[in-house]
Amino acid sequence: MSNALFTYTLRLADDLLVLSHRLSEWCGHGPVLEEDIALTNRALDHLGEARNLLQYAGQVEGQGRSDDDLAFLRNERQYRNVKLVEQPNGDYAHTIARNFLFDAYHLPLMHALLKSKDDQLVAIAGKAVKEATYHLRHSSEWMVRFGDGTDESHQRAQTALDDLWTFTGELFVEDDVQKELEKAGIAPASGPIKAAFDSTVNEVLKEATLKRPEDGFMAEGGRDGRHTEHLGYILAEMQYLQRAYPGAEW
Amino acid sequence: MTEVKDLEALFQAKIDAEQKIEPKDWMPEKYRKNLVRQVSQHAHSEVVGMLPEGNWITRAPNLRRKAILLAKVQDEAGHGLYLYSACETLGVTRESTIDDLLSGKAKYSSIFNYPTLTWADIGAIGWLVDGAAIMNQVMLTRTSYGPYARAMVRICKEESFHQRQGYEIIAVLSKGTPEQKDMAQDALNRWWWPSLMMFGPHDGESAHTAESMKWKIKRESNDELRQKFIDRTVQQAEVIGLKVPDPDLKWNEERGHYDHGEIDWKEFWNVVEGNGPCNHERMKARIAAHENGRWVREAAVAYASKKARKKQAA
Amino acid sequence: MSDNPNNWPLWEVFIQSKRGLEHKHVGSLHAADAEMAIENARDVYTRRQEGNSIWVVEAEHIHASRPEDAESLFDPADDKVYRHPTFYTMPEGAKYI
Repeated sequence: MSNALFTYTLRLADDLLVLSHRLSEWCGHGPVLEEDIALTNRALDHLGEARNLLQYAGQVEGQGRSDDDLAFLRNERQYRNVKLVEQPNGDYAHTIARNFLFDAYHLPLMHALLKSKDDQLVAIAGKAVKEATYHLRHSSEWMVRFGDGTDESHQRAQTALDDLWTFTGELFVEDDVQKELEKAGIAPASGPIKAAFDSTVNEVLKEATLKRPEDGFMAEGGRDGRHTEHLGYILAEMQYLQRAYPGAEW
Repeated sequence: MTEVKDLEALFQAKIDAEQKIEPKDWMPEKYRKNLVRQVSQHAHSEVVGMLPEGNWITRAPNLRRKAILLAKVQDEAGHGLYLYSACETLGVTRESTIDDLLSGKAKYSSIFNYPTLTWADIGAIGWLVDGAAIMNQVMLTRTSYGPYARAMVRICKEESFHQRQGYEIIAVLSKGTPEQKDMAQDALNRWWWPSLMMFGPHDGESAHTAESMKWKIKRESNDELRQKFIDRTVQQAEVIGLKVPDPDLKWNEERGHYDHGEIDWKEFWNVVEGNGPCNHERMKARIAAHENGRWVREAAVAYASKKARKKQAA
Repeated sequence: MSDNPNNWPLWEVFIQSKRGLEHKHVGSLHAADAEMAIENARDVYTRRQEGNSIWVVEAEHIHASRPEDAESLFDPADDKVYRHPTFYTMPEGAKYI
C-alpha cells in the first residue's frame, strides 16, 4: 500500500513539476507582457504544488529523500508524469491547449481528492484546488479566444487539439496502483473525473467553435516511466547542476 | 514666445519647489522627450533583462532557487510593464515604444548584452547588477515626473529581495566546494566592470546629465552613484572572501571613499554600439517573441470585438 | 491613443487591499476585454497579497479635470474653515464632543 501511495503521489507531483518546467520556458518570451507574467504565475503555482507532493512522497517512502532528491536525482524511467505535460510548448495555441486539457482533468481531480482518506493529500489538494480553478478559467478563456478569434487562431487551436488529443487517454488510466488506492479510499475513481473532463471539454470547445477530436489511438506509458523522447531533454537540463556537482550545496 | 518662456519659468519653479509634474501639466517639449527616452530605455532594460537570467530558470540547482528565480524574472516583466505604462502617460503607446526597441532605435542597458555562463552569474546579476540598478532606482523614486516616481516606488519595494537573493547565491558558492568558489570568483571577475559601466559615462561626458539634473529627473550624478555602489559592494565582497578585480582599488581615508581604477570606456562604447557578446541574440529573442505573439494579440482583439458586437445586438 | 486596431486598449487598475478599505489606483495594463483586464490585473498587481477586489476601467473612459482649472476649482475651498471641527470653540470641561 505505501508503495502504491508513493507511486501515486509521484504521479501527481511529476505532472506538475514537468508542466511547470515547460511553462517556465516561456518566461521572457511570451506573446505580450501581461501573458508572460500570467504564465509564470502558473509555473510558480505548479512548482509549489509539486514541492508539497514531492515532500510528501519522500515521507511516504521513508528513506529520507527530500523534494530536491526526488526532482533532481531520478532518471527518465523513474518519472511518473503523463506524456501530455512533457510535450514541447510549440506555438501559443499548443501551450494553451495543453494547459486546457490538463486543467479539465486536474481541477475535478483536486476536487475529488478533497474527500480522500489520506489527510496529507486532502491538505495539498485544498490549496491546489483554488489555483486549479483559476488555471482552468484562464486556459478556457484563451481556448475560446483562439477558437472564435481569427481564422489563423482558430486553425492553430484546432491543430493543437488534434496533435495533443492522443495524450488525453492516459489521464484516466486504470492500473493496479490506481485500483489499489481507489479501493482504500485514497485515490478518487477515474470515471467521474473523466465525466467532468468530457463535460468541460465539450462545453468550452462548443463555445470556441472548435471540433472535439475523435478518440483514436491513445498514447500511454508515462505513468510507468515509459515516456516520449522529450522528457530526457527536460531532465538533462533540469538536473544538470546536481548531476555535474554531486552533493554540492546551492 | 514670451508665453512659452513664462510657462517654462512656472514649470521650473514647480520643480524647484519639489512639486511633481503630472501628465496633463504643461511641460517643455525637451523635458517630455528626455523623459520618454529615459523611461522607455528603462522599460526596455527590464524586459531585455529577463533574458540572461531566464537562461538559467530551467537549470536552477534546486527547487527553492528555481522558484526564487522565476519570481524574480517575472518581477522584471512587471517592472517593464509599469514603466511602459508611465511612458504611455507621456503620449507614446507601448506598441510604438516597443517598435523603437525592435528597430534598434531605442537603447536598453548594455549590461544585459553579457552572457550568463554559469549558475554563479545568476548570483552576480542579483548582487551586482541589481545592486547597481537599485542605486539608480532609489534616486528615481524622487524624480520630478509623478507617474515615473510612482512606478519606481512600486519597483523598489519589489526589488528589495532581488539583490539579497543574488548575494545569497554568491555567498553560498563562496563557502562551497573549491569548484563553486572558483565559479563565484569568476562571476565577480566578469561582472564587476560591466556593473560599474551601468552608471554611464563620467559626469563631464554624459550627454543628458546637466539637463536631467536641472529638471530633477535625475537627482544624483553618474559618478556619485557609482562611488556609492563601489563603497558598499567592496565590503560585501570582503565578507564572503571574494576579491574585487581592480588592482587600483584602495580606501582613501581623506575622501572617505574607495579610489578605483579606470573603466575600459572602449569596451563600454563598443557594447553600446551593438558589439557586445549578446546584443544580437537579445534583439533576436525579443523580435521573435513579438512576432510570434502577433497572431495571439490579434485573436484576442478579434474575439473581444465579436463579443462586444453580440452584446450590442442582444 | 492607439493607431493600430490590433493593439489591446489601455486599462486603469484599482485594487482594494482589504475589505472595508477603498479601491486605490495602482497602475495600468493592456487587455483585449474587461475579463482579461481583471485577470491581468490579478496576475500583475496582486502577486504579493495586495488584493481583495479589483476594478478595471478602460483608460479612455476616464475624464480628468484640467490642471489649468485647478485654481478656480480648488482654491475657493481655502477660506471655508468652518467646515473643519477645529474651527469651533468648545466650553472648557465638556466631554465627548
